[in-house]
Amino acid sequence: MTITEKTADVPAPRSGEDKSGRLLDVKDLHVEFHTRDGVVKAVNGVNYSVDAGETLAVLGESGSGKSVTAQAIMGILDMPPGKIPQGEIVFRGQDMLKMSGEERRKIRGRKIAMIFQDALSSLNPVLSVGYQLGEMFRVHEGMSRKEAKAKAVELMDRVKIPAAKQRVSDYPHQFSGGMRQRIMIAMALALEPDLIIADEPTTALDVTVQAQVMDLLAELQREYNMGLILITHDLGVVADVADKIAVMYAGRIVETAPVHELYKRPAHPYTRGLLDSIPRLDQKGQELYAIKGLPPNLLKIPSGCAFNPRCPKATDICRTDVPPLVPVTERDGAELVGRGSACHFWKETIHG
Amino acid sequence: MAEVSKNDEPTDVTPNVTEVEAVDAETPEDAVAVIEAPAERGEPILQVRNLVKHFPLTQGVIVKRQVGAVKAVDGISFDLYQGETLGIVGESGCGKSTVAKLLMTLEQATAGEVFYKGQDITKLSGRALKAVRRNIQMVFQDPYTSLNPRMTVGDIIGEPFEIHPEVAPKGDRRRKVQELLDVVGLNPEYINRYPHQFSGGQRQRIGIARGLALNPEIIICDEPVSALDVSVQAQVINLMEKLQDEFNLSYLFIAHDLSIVRHISDRVGVMYLGKMAEIGSDEQIYDHPTHPYTQALLSAVPVPDPEAREGRERIILTGDVPSPANPPSGCRFRTRCWKAQDRCAEEIPLLAIPERFVGKDTPAAHESACHFAEEKDVVHAA
Repeated sequence: MTITEKTADVPAPRSGEDKSGRLLDVKDLHVEFHTRDGVVKAVNGVNYSVDAGETLAVLGESGSGKSVTAQAIMGILDMPPGKIPQGEIVFRGQDMLKMSGEERRKIRGRKIAMIFQDALSSLNPVLSVGYQLGEMFRVHEGMSRKEAKAKAVELMDRVKIPAAKQRVSDYPHQFSGGMRQRIMIAMALALEPDLIIADEPTTALDVTVQAQVMDLLAELQREYNMGLILITHDLGVVADVADKIAVMYAGRIVETAPVHELYKRPAHPYTRGLLDSIPRLDQKGQELYAIKGLPPNLLKIPSGCAFNPRCPKATDICRTDVPPLVPVTERDGAELVGRGSACHFWKETIHG
Repeated sequence: MAEVSKNDEPTDVTPNVTEVEAVDAETPEDAVAVIEAPAERGEPILQVRNLVKHFPLTQGVIVKRQVGAVKAVDGISFDLYQGETLGIVGESGCGKSTVAKLLMTLEQATAGEVFYKGQDITKLSGRALKAVRRNIQMVFQDPYTSLNPRMTVGDIIGEPFEIHPEVAPKGDRRRKVQELLDVVGLNPEYINRYPHQFSGGQRQRIGIARGLALNPEIIICDEPVSALDVSVQAQVINLMEKLQDEFNLSYLFIAHDLSIVRHISDRVGVMYLGKMAEIGSDEQIYDHPTHPYTQALLSAVPVPDPEAREGRERIILTGDVPSPANPPSGCRFRTRCWKAQDRCAEEIPLLAIPERFVGKDTPAAHESACHFAEEKDVVHAA
């Protein structure tokens, strides 16, 4: 019943296309919003990559830029006020930021799909779910209404909605929260995309339903060998499903690591603080560790390391120099694959 | 900060309470449990007995007739002691928030009693109710909608004094509000600011300050941290624990985040579809759950430790919570339970110490509403 082992060695069910290897590469992405109060720098140089069959968890608090990055990848940012001054989003070797609107539309939904947090407000309340699911087939594949509806029933069966045939003409409000989220997943899966971006897919759900939905998502991912970007703030969910993790703070990635490594030995004080501040079910602590202060205002991000006003280890260099994301190594210099930390004192943080 | 006036309730009500307890205790063992608990904790400050709230479902526009009822809360009983935290957990729609509203007398109970120091507050009205309400305050879930955007922080926190002027004389209010701001860790100079000038965590502090204004004895917290960021949640939880020690407050802490509930609670009650499924100390519930629903709930919580994900046994429930307008017969959990048998559909299981554990000195001997209660350690299963 555990949701694990989803490495790239599962054969892809769909033949023809190559479904393995590097899917997405985000390079030095910047996003800013021009508002009346000034320029909000929401994303300041984000780098990450996802391979087929891999789950990347993007972890961060509200305002850390995790959702904005996802929207930039999908190409659904409101521009203006949003603006991408620099960076590349390379999908299968092509920079999507240089593509025309027409080309991007072909990728959106077909190659990269997104699952949103709040299923009720993401579905159209005046159209039946069957119609909304079928829209994918009508628009992208040019199917007739009848064919599309049959496909919609098939999809609803896939995501284990009971009595799919009877419920296909129901409206979103007639479904429970968990079922609605399944419909969102079905919609994202419709065209069997290579990459799914799930933005807080279970935050609005109860724990028992959350377990069902995450299980389903992992199962489908394994089956189709999809890449998955899971955006969340829940350290528990991340530990359950992720292969690798990128921790974001104030629009930058402050730490990247494979999932086991991150929980065992965090290399950034922010990650350490987050891990220490969760009350754990299997160990009742005394006073909770709390990261002092508040997340920064993106209109005026602190100079140097953005985390310095809240960091217990901050020194003068943290207030002046922005720490780059550097590779993290063992004490003896041995390489740790996939690990990086944007802290001047990562050595002290990871090696005590 | 001590209040003299609030202890002089009519004395003739007290015998009434013992009567209710005797009726409530169905078996001799149960009676033992009821008597045992107060011995170590003193008198309960709040006693809830068979509380019921049904919301009528009506049909027709001109002539309304009742066609059914949403059984949001359907007979729950528990005690809250001075200075303790009782956590209430359960999925959305299980009636936890309705319980909070009933205790605040924001909703009128359909049946059942809530005794505050021996006085049934569901029957009170007018002046007597106002006096009781002073001692039971609430902290709301969403700090963005529970503060009036057009009032300053000083007005928001000072508003309780308008309703209960005996607590703070007019000239003294500003100083009192500043004191409260200081207590919850906000700068007292912020008194003239508006809610939008604060972050979520700070707003929740304002909400807590408002709850503290009248020196209540009980604070009902309805999901006080679920709208906050992870790093800020810890700050607010620590503040609430500090205030509890300082003012000897009793908390009824309603939440769906099981790890936070465990951290803050002395005792925990698990609700399912308007009924209490299991209640006991935090250790009894988390380490020795006997009700299948509690076990499923605990096993579904993602543990923030990737090492645990391979070995952990997970009970994944099928389906959704049934509608409270038409709950299943017998045990309400039976439609999703893997242990369900014919008996579960016919007999409603009572909330009592399971027979097999009665008289045994094990942590599994706590009240659980299941015919087939059985201990299962889901948290340490790995």
